[in-house]
Amino acid sequence: MTLPALGWQGLVVLVVFGVSLLIATYSTYAERVIAAFLQDRVGPDRAGPFGLLQPLADAVKLFTKEEFFPAGANRALFVFGPCLAMVTALMSSAVIPFGNFLQFGDTIVHLQGIEINVGMLYVFGMVSLGVYGIMIGGWASNNKFSLLGAIRAASQNISYELAMGLALIAVLMISGTLSLREITLQQSSAAPFVWHDIFNWNIMKQPLGFLIFIVCAFAETNRTPFDLPECETELIGGYHTEYSSMKMGLYLFAEYINVFVASAVMSVLYFGGFNFPFQYEMRDWLVSAQGLELVTAQNIITIVGLLGLFGKIFAFIFFFMWVRWTLPRFRYDQLMRLGWTILIPLAIFNILLTGGLITFGVIK
Amino acid sequence: MESLSKRAKVLEKKPMTLAERAYLPAIFQGLSITMQHFFRAATKKQVTIRYPEETRPFSPVFRGLHVLKRDEAGRERCTACGLCAVACPAEAITMVAGERKKGEEGLYREEKYAVSYEINMLRCIFCGLCEEACPKAAVYLQADKMAPPRFERDEFIYGKDRLVEPVTPDNRSKRGIQLTPEQADKLRTQLA
Repeated sequence: MTLPALGWQGLVVLVVFGVSLLIATYSTYAERVIAAFLQDRVGPDRAGPFGLLQPLADAVKLFTKEEFFPAGANRALFVFGPCLAMVTALMSSAVIPFGNFLQFGDTIVHLQGIEINVGMLYVFGMVSLGVYGIMIGGWASNNKFSLLGAIRAASQNISYELAMGLALIAVLMISGTLSLREITLQQSSAAPFVWHDIFNWNIMKQPLGFLIFIVCAFAETNRTPFDLPECETELIGGYHTEYSSMKMGLYLFAEYINVFVASAVMSVLYFGGFNFPFQYEMRDWLVSAQGLELVTAQNIITIVGLLGLFGKIFAFIFFFMWVRWTLPRFRYDQLMRLGWTILIPLAIFNILLTGGLITFGVIK
Repeated sequence: MESLSKRAKVLEKKPMTLAERAYLPAIFQGLSITMQHFFRAATKKQVTIRYPEETRPFSPVFRGLHVLKRDEAGRERCTACGLCAVACPAEAITMVAGERKKGEEGLYREEKYAVSYEINMLRCIFCGLCEEACPKAAVYLQADKMAPPRFERDEFIYGKDRLVEPVTPDNRSKRGIQLTPEQADKLRTQLA
């Protein structure tokens, strides 16, 4: 890789970083507006047009609040907890392929932070590390509610990571690779199996796997109906009970980034990533009917695919919020029963089913 | 025990069906209900009243912030008899009476007047008994104003500066004795 290409790739990393933060910022706004609309209310509409400056006002509020350290808290770990939660949340978006590639002359820029061939494992590792942020924060707070919330978060994440990993294995059996970019490219219509993209998306081959995956994604991101680590009614906020100011803000932010990453991962794994229907027909049409060069046409397709992926991600984020304001929280024993006695056997059954279908050549 | 109304239904606890145990149909039902609300809120008018711009209509008999009335010549009606303070069940009203001096006939209606008149809005329960007790039709609870929130407790003790209504006829409270148009015109010319 030449130096200018490295420079471009660095720029992509920065943009991914910025976009993750921006989306997390406006997720807070979207959550409040969607919550309001689902409850026949108005939502924030005071700061700026349609309340669009509300996240800024919230940030100013969080930054200027008192930094509070509870008595007997482990100060170093108390600060380290939210930092770790934020860092791991941000790191997991690095391997998501947001677009195919852009070509300027000789330089090819992949619209992806880093391309590694164990991308999916990396995301899983980062998500697992994220629970340490919650654990450390809850432990360092020297508060029984925080500790209970942290313990719940840990056990919940471990339980649902199992089912999530098993659901993922079925996808890997089809794709044969852990690279998110490869998985995305396999879902395009250039692959020889079926003719159009939508029928080549993994959701068509793995509907049960997707169902398990999305349920586990809700649990992994600590969103309702699995928000037991922070449930306000029993644990008065759970692991972030003692947090104030921007440390609290980092925890909330990390949750929204996790929602964004989970949405992106689901879009990539099951909904074709940056592929969209008739993309190759559109590229050929641009070349033949519009007289564009192949490179320019490919760049246009890449940008449309990028926007398409963000459309899928936003749809998932909306779904996360929609579910949050519809379903009540599970009881703890229900949560554990769902995870261990329903989802994990279902995921194993899904693996067997996929294996059978592959053996008999129904799917490839 | 025998049911008197014969309307009571005996409920049996039935085992859940597979669809109920799977929980997913119920989830989709719930999601569709909230989505209907989403579109209702997005397209029609929401129930929210955007407060500073819109206000709820007040009832005409609403008892809000007190006012000390003036008469048709712009003189204070209150004579500091203390009946309102006696009637007040919350002990919110205090006053100091004083004698009207020569040359103050244009300011106070009677020979005795209230040098200071204070109502503690934190004590007041807005029952309106002061209004009923007043023999001079001087104190009224306005139907269209409320005691606004404040940061400091002492700011809730309203003195005469905030209770006595303005002299100008157009700014007078709509409650209690009102000026006839002729009286208002006369007061306007007097002020001019």
